[in-house]
Amino acid sequence: MTVTARPIKTRQLEFGPGMPSKGVVPRVLGMLLRILLGLVFGLPLVFMIVSSFKPDLQIFADLGTPSAFLPVGELSFENYLGVFDRVPFATFLMNSVLISVATVVLGIIVNSMAAFALSRLHFRGQKLILGVILATLIVPFETMALPLLWWVNQLPWLDANGLSQGWLDTYQVQIVPFIANAFSIFLFYQYFDSIPKELDEAARVDGANWFRIYRSIVIPLAGPAIATVAILTFLPAWNQYLWPLMVVQSEELRPVMVGIDYFKQLNVSWGQIMAYASIITVPVLMLFIAFQKAFINSIASSGVKG
Amino acid sequence: MLNRIVKLAIVTAVTASLTLTFAGCTKGGSATNGPSEEGGISTLSMWTHNAGNTDELNAIEQVVSDYNASQTKYKVELQAFPQDSYNQSVVAAASAKKLPCILDIDGPNVPNWAWAGYLAPIEGMDDTLSKFLPTVLGKWSDKTYSYGYYDVALNLATRTTTLEKYDIRIPSMDKPWTKDEFTAALKKVKDSGDFQYPLDLQTGNTGEWWPYAYSPFLQSAGGDLINRSDFKSADSVLNGPEAVAWGEWFRSLVTEEYMPLKSGADPAKDFLNGKTAILYTGSWSAADAREKFGDDVLFVPPVDLGKGPKIGGGSWQWGISTQCGAAEGAQDYMKFAAADKYVASVSKATGTIPATDAGADMVPGYEAGGENDIFRQFSKKYALLRPETPGYPFIATEFTKIAQDILNGADPKTALDTAVKNIDANQESNNFFE
Amino acid sequence: MTVIDAASHTPAAQTSVNPTRRKTDGHTRVAATLMLLPAAVLMLTFLIIPIGLTFVLAFTNARLISPEPATFVGVDNFLRLFDNATFWKSLTNTVLFAVVVVPVQSAVALGLAVLINTRMRGINFFRTVYFLPVVTSMVVVSMLWMFMYQPDGLINSVLAKVGIQGPDWLGDPQWALLSIILLSIWQACGFHMIIWLSGLQTIPGELYEAAALDGASRWRQFTNVTWPGLRQTAVFILITITIAAFSLFTQVNIMTQGGPLDSTSTVVYMAVRTGFQQQQTGYASAISLVFFVIVLAVSLVQRYFTRDKEAKR
Repeated sequence: MTVTARPIKTRQLEFGPGMPSKGVVPRVLGMLLRILLGLVFGLPLVFMIVSSFKPDLQIFADLGTPSAFLPVGELSFENYLGVFDRVPFATFLMNSVLISVATVVLGIIVNSMAAFALSRLHFRGQKLILGVILATLIVPFETMALPLLWWVNQLPWLDANGLSQGWLDTYQVQIVPFIANAFSIFLFYQYFDSIPKELDEAARVDGANWFRIYRSIVIPLAGPAIATVAILTFLPAWNQYLWPLMVVQSEELRPVMVGIDYFKQLNVSWGQIMAYASIITVPVLMLFIAFQKAFINSIASSGVKG
Repeated sequence: MLNRIVKLAIVTAVTASLTLTFAGCTKGGSATNGPSEEGGISTLSMWTHNAGNTDELNAIEQVVSDYNASQTKYKVELQAFPQDSYNQSVVAAASAKKLPCILDIDGPNVPNWAWAGYLAPIEGMDDTLSKFLPTVLGKWSDKTYSYGYYDVALNLATRTTTLEKYDIRIPSMDKPWTKDEFTAALKKVKDSGDFQYPLDLQTGNTGEWWPYAYSPFLQSAGGDLINRSDFKSADSVLNGPEAVAWGEWFRSLVTEEYMPLKSGADPAKDFLNGKTAILYTGSWSAADAREKFGDDVLFVPPVDLGKGPKIGGGSWQWGISTQCGAAEGAQDYMKFAAADKYVASVSKATGTIPATDAGADMVPGYEAGGENDIFRQFSKKYALLRPETPGYPFIATEFTKIAQDILNGADPKTALDTAVKNIDANQESNNFFE
Repeated sequence: MTVIDAASHTPAAQTSVNPTRRKTDGHTRVAATLMLLPAAVLMLTFLIIPIGLTFVLAFTNARLISPEPATFVGVDNFLRLFDNATFWKSLTNTVLFAVVVVPVQSAVALGLAVLINTRMRGINFFRTVYFLPVVTSMVVVSMLWMFMYQPDGLINSVLAKVGIQGPDWLGDPQWALLSIILLSIWQACGFHMIIWLSGLQTIPGELYEAAALDGASRWRQFTNVTWPGLRQTAVFILITITIAAFSLFTQVNIMTQGGPLDSTSTVVYMAVRTGFQQQQTGYASAISLVFFVIVLAVSLVQRYFTRDKEAKR
């Protein structure tokens, strides 16, 4: 637990000073190590993207040569055309965007509010509630998927068509179960705890209620925590695979990851698999690269550290 | 200022997502459980396993659109799932009582589904169905629950020139390769060093492929997955001396380096590229092989391990769910869709064996004496259904596991004993599905 | 879980700030209830109730598909489970996986963090590259690595160039679990790198300068300045990696289905296989229940040890 009261404006990470660098030899060695590791982490993805432009035979032929990582030979969009032929990609993409965005936005509201209550209000049972929430972190989703499936099928839902029972084959079944998240609550809790509580006091004296303090004082200061939670809930939401297989029957409601299964046919087209894997991964990669500085800074400064 | 923009963005996003969620539920709701009535037309929902398999899906869509055009009372709505996860999706839906009216099922699972009460028997089609290959019909306790358009015949694909080069007898249906002959042939090819492997049994495949492709070898050796006289126990058939002999033979293919422990990413391509001499494959890959090798390519019966060659029978089949609100319509569709021309169009699209003689006449190559007729012959002569017991899905997972274990070096007797123990326990815990 | 300790600080901290409001006033209670309500309802509905259902189902013979209603069978499922060789193998694999992955992944991530914790042009590029696998879905990563792990696949082709005959990574029981370990570390360590980095960033630069003045070697600087400053971060990383390691599933499900010879079967994978493919919901719930108990025990042990260290400080 970080006991030091953190400055409100979290320090922008300057990536230094760290350890002062020494002589030329260690520096060169360090650089070589960084490059080598860069290859280890980057090349598989380069291979995936490069292969997506090659015909199957060439992918196999290139395996033993550096060409596997280079855009050389017969390059074409053939695989991509095949992909669009096989899956309704636009629909899947829309669904995944909707599901991820809704999960992230609702998750931020719900979890930050809970964390606010747990960290800044004082009431009985607080410790117990936090303990229970954190204990649920040990339950992997897969182990409770079957009971959850049965259970969501019993739940009522109210919409424009009136009251209905059973959540199967809907958007909400892919969103609502994942809104409340113990890890998000924990991250918010950590961050809120580092914001000086004198601020609340001052506001209380001015007659502000807790909701106002939450909305006008704490949340505006919680940028890094919000960004971190957004990232960390976006990824699993985007990557949902097992759950939609179980609960979604209509093609119009399927997310992108399920689309992978469309390519596991008897005559596997590896080029198309690489192409599909690329188009569902690259948007996220681009998003990440575009915001990478803010992104990494936010995780680094959001007090994720026990 | 920034704060206000962020707030605005959040509010917009929430509103948008909630609205879309609403829209989605309404849309999703109507797509699954039928029937819904609009203007006197009942909608019949229908699920199929071939999302991503464009050829087969198009053929099925054609059947559906013909049916919808043919009458005014019912409208069939097709929903396609990817095959790899189809069973998971459908079992999940079944357990939640959300099955559609009509759906396709992998043949060997039909008894399980019928027993569980998810399938309704097909009515009034006895005459039509008597013309279908027996292996494409799903039966359970004297009732027919499903029919399929096609069957698939596994075979050994090789080349005349290859066999001649190594002085290997070309087998025929009358005189297939015996176990010893087959081993000798593999040894010759291996010793030549001309191929990466003499044989490829496609061991890289997963799921139902294992019982489908490899339990026929067990049956050819004289064993079986369960005692078929009463479907109560696997004892002595799955762990008897014949079964153990099968296990030892299966493992020896790997230890003698006749085939890879785990096949490469694309075994069919390895065969076409001359890396493999003999490929265990389905009739679906015949077209590619002919294109590459012309008349040189040869499709021969699987090896006879004692009781004659055997191949798995039964592929995807259509059935009606008991959760269908318009059962009459579903029965009506089943009758319509059983026409020979659809048997022909679907099996043509999939490169599989048409289920009826009349259908076969309409598919080039499958007419009597045609180049694909041999697959039909294989199917008629060698095909054996996977055990027709509701315990089959469990048996399949157990067999898959021990077959993989044996291939990887587990002691066959011990592995088979474990499987028998588990299978018997499962049959018994379900009161033998009586 | 030191995280739970966090709660114990809160009242104390608040008290020091505001000794007057020790008792909860009515408004605060209402506000707290309202604010906790959405999360509480959602967690209760989608987490606690399904977990509760798992507890109940574990003592029944419930099946995914069956015309017969489920009946209570006492501890039969557990007896069967403890008699099942695959279960013990799966448990061993799960523990083995965690025992290797937790220290190795933490160490690799720390190494990466140290490498990128420097002022240097282009360092952003490396940060980004190391983090890329984290952004990639595990399903995609598994498919990709499955392809690369083929006996004649990318990795062995590269190894062959330097004269090494690579093994059949996923097909050989000796190598399969290791293959999955490698890929898992590759995918996840970028995330923990960032967390280590956040810890490194809080260590004041002056400490290093002082150490350098004293003539401390870089290793001494690391052991005397860096490592003590990272203790809290280390606890967080230990706990998150442990929890993630125990729930190993996706990679196994896509790449090996537990084989060969059960060498990659894990407890979670076995639970899903039993529940889904084998349709034995009750038995699968028993597996899940045993799993919860084990992970809870491990967490409590970890909590005990990390708390112990706190006390000594």
